[in-house]
Amino acid sequence: MNAGTDSEIERTIRENHPALIAYITAGDPSLEETREYVEALDRGGADLIELGLPFSEPIAEGPTIQAAINRSLEAGTTPGAFFDLVAGLETEAPLLVMTYYNMILQHGPDADPEPFVSRAAEAGLAGIIVPDLPAEESGPLRKACEAHGLDLVFIVAPTTDDERLDSIMERTAGFAYVQARLGTTGARADVSGATHDSLARLDEYPIPKAVGFGVSEGDHAAEIVSAGADGVIVGSALVDLIAESEDPVAALESKARELKAGAERGVPEPEQP
Amino acid sequence: MSEGEFEGYGGRHVPEPLFEPLATLAAAYDEVGDSEAFQTELRGYLEDFAGRPTPLYHAANLSERYGAEIYLKREDLLHGGAHKINNCLGQALLAKRAGRERLIAETGAGQHGVATAMVGALLGLETEIYMGEKDVARQEMNVFRMRLMGADVTEVTRGGAGLADAVDAALEDFAENVDSTHYLVGSVVGPDPFPRMVRDFQSVIGREAREQFRERVGELPDAAVACVGGGSNAIGLFHAFRDDPVDFYGAEGGGEGSESDRHAAPLARGEDGTIHGMRTRVIDDDVEVHSVSAGLDYPGVGPEHAMFRAVGRCEYTGVTDEAALAAFRELAETEGIIPALESSHAVARAIELAEEGAHDTILVNLSGRGDKDMATAAEKFSFQ
Ligand SMILES: Cc1ncc(COP(=O)(O)O)c(C=O)c1O
Repeated sequence: MNAGTDSEIERTIRENHPALIAYITAGDPSLEETREYVEALDRGGADLIELGLPFSEPIAEGPTIQAAINRSLEAGTTPGAFFDLVAGLETEAPLLVMTYYNMILQHGPDADPEPFVSRAAEAGLAGIIVPDLPAEESGPLRKACEAHGLDLVFIVAPTTDDERLDSIMERTAGFAYVQARLGTTGARADVSGATHDSLARLDEYPIPKAVGFGVSEGDHAAEIVSAGADGVIVGSALVDLIAESEDPVAALESKARELKAGAERGVPEPEQP
Repeated sequence: MSEGEFEGYGGRHVPEPLFEPLATLAAAYDEVGDSEAFQTELRGYLEDFAGRPTPLYHAANLSERYGAEIYLKREDLLHGGAHKINNCLGQALLAKRAGRERLIAETGAGQHGVATAMVGALLGLETEIYMGEKDVARQEMNVFRMRLMGADVTEVTRGGAGLADAVDAALEDFAENVDSTHYLVGSVVGPDPFPRMVRDFQSVIGREAREQFRERVGELPDAAVACVGGGSNAIGLFHAFRDDPVDFYGAEGGGEGSESDRHAAPLARGEDGTIHGMRTRVIDDDVEVHSVSAGLDYPGVGPEHAMFRAVGRCEYTGVTDEAALAAFRELAETEGIIPALESSHAVARAIELAEEGAHDTILVNLSGRGDKDMATAAEKFSFQ
């Protein structure tokens, strides 16, 4: 495989295959608690951790993550405090920030994405995911990410047509974020059969593929990995635990363990004696 | 400059699952939007159902008081009481031609929801309106109107339970039901093709006004003034005059004034950013979106306005709540016309321009009537 990559994210996925990618919203319910949650996920075996930097108009999120974003905004989470938190984290798992393009444009003067990327790099982030930035409009941000050694991760969906698929897969760095069903984020009871179809179209591209949206249990993770995914992305299920569990730190750690074990169960057995 | 791009503003800043459905909609619009058959059908409904053409009215009393000839384009006389119906008819007819069975829309104060419910009933399309729980409570009568016309009104309880949350819920529905459903966006906002499509449907305002003005006055107005929420009635008025020597003025929701951090004026006082699928002007992060009129209470603005601002084609200013309320009252007293609070911002700006002596003739888009604003007015004014 492509072991010579200089992407920390891609290397991490390959070395920890099948990878568990965990998402939580930073600042939900406070940045102090986010620190503990990130450490819990790291201990539980998450290989990459995505932190949502909240924006007031999150058009790609379902009710669960939207509610988390609102809690975070109400707690007064700002980009400055977010970067300070990240800079102080010492996790084994590389960290990514997931945010909306407006947050990136408004960070510096003149709608220039560079200051945000430079601050992200300084804080030690390894990658950026921007759900409302289509590949077509991503030139300036990609350039800044390349200059600062960050991966800009793009999302592909079942509705992405073949022509655009090529251009997205060409641009995505670290991994391809495969949204296996339509709609916005949210935990679902079962894993869509579209996972298989979504991955089949991507077979020819060498970059790792991680499947997200709708994963909440170890068995889902197993199913996704057995369908050929290199990684499993889990968000809403973790955000639910933060909102509902009496002891979110313990709950997150054990959920991460369950999901990681599920993902590993999904790896096809070589040959049974 | 590609379609849907306004000098770098606009575009399709949407989650990936929505990209192709929007491209499909754009293609459908490009194919039938200009066709004779579609335009004839639309014109029929605009005339017989909505009440077009609307009058151009010379506001003689107001003109005399302020020393400039002020003309009002009477969109307030349309069915439903506002310009919204121009756009709703256009999009619903397009959706029907594209084989969609269902309309969805978000609404804040309920005006766009009511207009969507009207065309849904008219054309036999299933209609679902997303509305924040808070707005449902505040706008009982509009909720009742929508339901009376057969629309489902879904209360959105997530997040802040307001307009932005209703937009999210509608987008989510659209993403999951793209094959059966048309998302009827209410202004020149959102991802391509909405800003140009809604502009085209609203441009009938300016086309009529231009003809009427030439016939009546013999020449074009010196200035055209409109309020700007998302910007559809303003673009609708301006578009026909864009190559004419007519100065454009956009009146945004100035809220509590130029020093305060409660306003809805992203053009006068915002920065470049992205919101709701478009690259445009957005109010600053630390500003609380606020306007006395619900229809102007929006943190972004249509990308074509961002372009007009950047190239200097239109001057945008925030009109304060106070100035808008004064104009609301003044038009009622001097002309016997109660304007919508949104439109009152345009009236206030026109009065200001007349007082400055900047222009001899001023055309104002009276985008809607004020019936819906009686509760607010009753709170602000008391009569002994
Ligand atoms: C009467 C009236 N005018 C203006 C507006 C603002 O919208 P736009 O800027 O798209 O014309 C509204 C919105 O609800 C309205 O009801």
